[in-house]
Amino acid sequence: MSDLTCRELADFLLDYLEGELPAAQARTFADHLAACPACESYLDSYRRTVALERQAFADDDCDVPEELVQAILAARRA
Amino acid sequence: MTRTWQLAPLTAAGEAALVARLKRGDEAAYEELVRRYGGRLLQVARRYLREEDARDAVQDAFVSAFKAIDRFDGRAQLATWLHRIVVNASLMRLRRPAMQREESLEPLLPRFLDDGHFAAVRRPWPEDAEARLGRAETRRLVRRSIDRLPETYRTVLLLRDIEELDGAETAERLGISPGAVKVRLHRARQALRELLDPILSEGAA
Ligand SMILES: [Zn+2]
Repeated sequence: MSDLTCRELADFLLDYLEGELPAAQARTFADHLAACPACESYLDSYRRTVALERQAFADDDCDVPEELVQAILAARRA
Repeated sequence: MTRTWQLAPLTAAGEAALVARLKRGDEAAYEELVRRYGGRLLQVARRYLREEDARDAVQDAFVSAFKAIDRFDGRAQLATWLHRIVVNASLMRLRRPAMQREESLEPLLPRFLDDGHFAAVRRPWPEDAEARLGRAETRRLVRRSIDRLPETYRTVLLLRDIEELDGAETAERLGISPGAVKVRLHRARQALRELLDPILSEGAA
């Protein structure tokens, strides 16, 4: 395993995922991930967290309270 | 709650007709706009604000939309245009000085040993964790967990991951640096991951 620690990997994960690490560092990252189950599962759960955020807010709708409708129409006329 | 109005979804032509009526100042068209889109906009505002402020932000958003309708050129969908307006109205009601404060997320971040290894054994999330929990329950869990994040982190998470603004735009809207946006986004995701972990890693080996 490389000398990159799990803590460093966790700290720079976003840069890695956004492709902002220099090539040599990105390779060190990939090597560590391939050899470290803890970091591999951390990366997997981090990615799934972002996907779950998006799902949690998709098709977000509710009924609009009648008093809000009336307040908005009144504010327009004011 | 039952819907007072059952409105069929608008086709592109229907949307253009509604916009034309709004531009003419047709009173019934204003009401239709509010009834069609008010619920969705309220849900967006509620992500950022507590109920009373969220309703005020929706009212601000519609009042701005009515004033700006003459400049609406139909290139974006009405829903997209209104969405952008309500996000702006919500951010206006967030206290900007508060956004510049550094809050501690420490208790929600992963812990490490001195040698840089994870302090706790990390159980992977089973592949079917979300499916086992069910779609509705997962949604509730995620939303409840996002609500537990401190405001300065939650707002960055919402703007970057949900509204999909880029880092520079998020920084500008919040009056913080692009570097701070990046740090907060990463920490917010890490903290959210930590909050979801006990439930989603259930049943893991
Ligand atoms: Zn590791």
